[in-house]
Amino acid sequence: MDAESLLLSLELASGSGQGLSPDRRASLLTSLMLVKRDYRFDRVLFWGRILGLVGDYYIAQGLSEDQLAPRKTLYSLNCMEWSLLPPATEEMVAQTSVVKGRFMGDPSHEYEHTEVQKTNEGEKVFEEDVVVQIKEETRLVSVIDQIDKAVAVIPRGALFKTPFGPVHVNRTFEGLSLSEAKKLSSYFHFREPVQLKNKTLLEKADLDPSLDFLDSLEHDIPKGSWSMQMERGNALVVLRSLLWPGLTFFHAPRTKNCGYIYVGTGEKNIDLPFML
Amino acid sequence: MGDPPSDPDPPSGPPDSRRRSSQVSRRRRSRELQPTFSEEAEAEQIPLDAGILQRSQEYLGSQSNLQGWSPGAALTQQDNLMFQAEEAQLGGIEYPSLSMGLPIQPQPYLEEGGIQATRTASLMLQQLQQGQGNLFQQLESAYQGAGPDFPGLFSMYQGDDLQFGHDAPHGPYLRDDPALQVSLSELGFTPFTVEVPEPEPRELAVQNAKAYLLQTSVNCSLSLYEHLVNLLTKILNQRPEDPLSILESLNRTTQWEWFHPKLDTTRDDPEMQPTYEMADRQRALFVRSSGGEGEQEMEEEVADSPVPNVMESAFYFEQAGVGLGSDESFRIFLALKQLVEQQPIHTCRFWGKILGLRRSYLVAEVEFREGEEEAEEEEVEEPAEGGETPDSPGEEEGEEDEEKAVDVVPKPQWKPPPVIPKEESRSGANKYWYFVCNEPGGPWTRLPPVTPIQIVQARRIRKFFTGHLDAPVVSFPPFPGTEANYLRAQIARISAATQVSPLGFYQFGEEEGDEEEEGGAGRDSYEENPDFEGIPVLELVDSMANWVHHTQHILPQGRCTWVNPLQRTEEEEELGEEEEKAEGMEEVEQEVGPPLLTPLSEDAEIMHMTPWTTRLSCSLCPQYSVAVVRSNLWPGAYAYASGKKFENIYVGWGHKYSPENFNPPLPAPTQQEFPSGPEIMEMSDPTVEEEQALKAAQEQALMAGEEEEEDEEEDEEEDPDD
Repeated sequence: MDAESLLLSLELASGSGQGLSPDRRASLLTSLMLVKRDYRFDRVLFWGRILGLVGDYYIAQGLSEDQLAPRKTLYSLNCMEWSLLPPATEEMVAQTSVVKGRFMGDPSHEYEHTEVQKTNEGEKVFEEDVVVQIKEETRLVSVIDQIDKAVAVIPRGALFKTPFGPVHVNRTFEGLSLSEAKKLSSYFHFREPVQLKNKTLLEKADLDPSLDFLDSLEHDIPKGSWSMQMERGNALVVLRSLLWPGLTFFHAPRTKNCGYIYVGTGEKNIDLPFML
Repeated sequence: MGDPPSDPDPPSGPPDSRRRSSQVSRRRRSRELQPTFSEEAEAEQIPLDAGILQRSQEYLGSQSNLQGWSPGAALTQQDNLMFQAEEAQLGGIEYPSLSMGLPIQPQPYLEEGGIQATRTASLMLQQLQQGQGNLFQQLESAYQGAGPDFPGLFSMYQGDDLQFGHDAPHGPYLRDDPALQVSLSELGFTPFTVEVPEPEPRELAVQNAKAYLLQTSVNCSLSLYEHLVNLLTKILNQRPEDPLSILESLNRTTQWEWFHPKLDTTRDDPEMQPTYEMADRQRALFVRSSGGEGEQEMEEEVADSPVPNVMESAFYFEQAGVGLGSDESFRIFLALKQLVEQQPIHTCRFWGKILGLRRSYLVAEVEFREGEEEAEEEEVEEPAEGGETPDSPGEEEGEEDEEKAVDVVPKPQWKPPPVIPKEESRSGANKYWYFVCNEPGGPWTRLPPVTPIQIVQARRIRKFFTGHLDAPVVSFPPFPGTEANYLRAQIARISAATQVSPLGFYQFGEEEGDEEEEGGAGRDSYEENPDFEGIPVLELVDSMANWVHHTQHILPQGRCTWVNPLQRTEEEEELGEEEEKAEGMEEVEQEVGPPLLTPLSEDAEIMHMTPWTTRLSCSLCPQYSVAVVRSNLWPGAYAYASGKKFENIYVGWGHKYSPENFNPPLPAPTQQEFPSGPEIMEMSDPTVEEEQALKAAQEQALMAGEEEEEDEEEDEEEDPDD
């Protein structure tokens, strides 16, 4: 959610039950402003909160003018001091995929994972148990990256693509109409499109290249991994992800208010197919 | 050609002219023409309404007088252009006059302009009538030498006074206007005799361009011209920053708005209907129920209302970062108040919110007043009994058939495990009744009491709630019930696991008997401790021993108090005594769970992870903070305590946290076949040789038998011979 409309967005996203306490809200309003100034971001998003056993991580992201460019992620333990996280790489994601369980809440905590590695020494093959230390920061980076790639949502029309390539915020976005807001196809993944080129030519002919340049949510696997509800008596559309429980996307139809927040444990719900 | 037009009305006379001239004096004009104007003005009466008619008359008149009308017309048109450039301010956004020709349009126009037009027309007429040949030549030369000479020439004719203000006159044809025609007929000639002037090539090109832009296609009734007009109007009205960068979006929006005009306020917007209906229903919440008694009612309400102080709890939970928003909490409060009015409720508590796929549930935990709930329980039991009676006639028939038929259908020897009876209400897992609704303002539905088998099965499955209470729960092992039962079972499990309070808030009542007599089940009731003084927040956060569970733990059996399933009631003993003794009594161990009011420090760990996390709500102001406890086993369960107050809430999906993946139980192994015995043993039919051998053996045996008999007979026969 945009840091500029933080209070309203938190109010609209409160249907999922978890939000921020007033002191955190106050700290965020101040510190995000400073973050924007210091890092020269064009837009700062408050990404959400990852609940750990000992402490919670508060995550913010900064965007440049091009909305689809790689973002800078920052984390904080008290909503005041923010530290930059390194960008996610595939190695990191692979390395941390073996770590299971909750986050500790302490960024210097290290997970120990024993791996069996085969080392060749001449003709003999030794199997050694190697204990690999994985830092919690690395895990944090990869989880945030996975969540962004999987379930970050933006409504259709909120961004538009200029002919030169960069993607900008659409200042004339008036919101989706009620009938559009109830369809899953009006919401896109807020990441580089992956499935767009797989569409047939017939489908592509109906697309508007300046608005329909992202993947929509309706082809997500497994089908039904999004729960769409109308709250506040039909005045708010809330999309909740079932794959990463804790991610809530809200949009008030016919207005510009939209955004998403993640408040959860940072664990993927692998049991999803059994639960539907 | 007609005569110069005679005025139908008497001229208003010199005062008019003087007025007009005074108005005109504001305009720049050459003075030499002024007196001529005033002279001419007398001849005319120029009511403003008919002014333009006059103008047209005059033009026609002048046209008729002139031999070369077209130059004059061209000149007047060019006068228009000049004039309009000046008059642009008066008329707002004006379109440049692109077309030419006879501007016969009865449009409203400025009073000044009207006067000026007529005055100019009369001026021209007068000049022409005076037959100023040099003037005419000048006109011709002006026409031929179009260009910068115009301003100079125009000043003679007070070109600025001409106005053809607001809209572009149409092409070089006469508008077919009945009002005009009337006037024209008075003049004595018809439009058709008027010569259409030849337009200039440049103006023709402009006309063509505009006509092209005004084209509409079959697909779309909006022409590009109109669209560009709308777009520019919108930009100029809204004045956005940096319009070039959003030009494409504005373009799209303008087009969209044309085809989706805002509905008339007298019509209903079909899309917003459900929203309005919901708002109406919620409005009903805010209306005070019966406004008759006034003060008396207020006192009653204030004194003894079981409705909980939801707003206070919401405030404290908000400090912890949990909650549904303050206005939603208020609506929940009103909905609970409505529930309390509808049902005979003794105590009521907002239990929490369970999220579902399509709708969510708001859950209220209530306790009925004494004796109020029995009526409803009977209704629930009757269908159960009705279901049993059809079975017994079936069995009797089966027995009769048995006697008749020779082949007995093998009866399965599997007997269902004994049904564990559900707990009585007001005890154990059924201590409270639960009501659910989907949205505040919606109707409250009561959930049925939970049975142990439902709890046991609910532990083995993991399913999302859809939001509809009658939805089936499709799972393996099959869940005995609908979503309402599953919901109730999950609520029971969550309550048993996560309802906590600070140590000392509740205490056991006076001892009524030893624990041993109760079969080791422990006490199951507690009461508030009036002497509770509150535990400092820091201590609450530091140690889990300061919190206790105040709901009973649910045993693996599915109940809070253990029941031996093999204890038979009297009826069953009579029927099944023999069978049971044959099978042998299975020993069942009594299940024991942690007793009531156990501290949280005794809770089992989940994979080296403490099951509870404690936090101060605000580290920056510890003196005013609230202690918050969060369950790691049931994510979404929170409890706060501050001073003498505490409260529990659950907001989440309704599932337990499991660090391992969910493994659904495998289907049971295939059942054994019927035990083999000789009656169902398949034997192969004897072959032909075997049959023959058997037959031969039998014959031999017979033969042997006969021979013996014959021998005996012969022996007997021989005897009598002797």
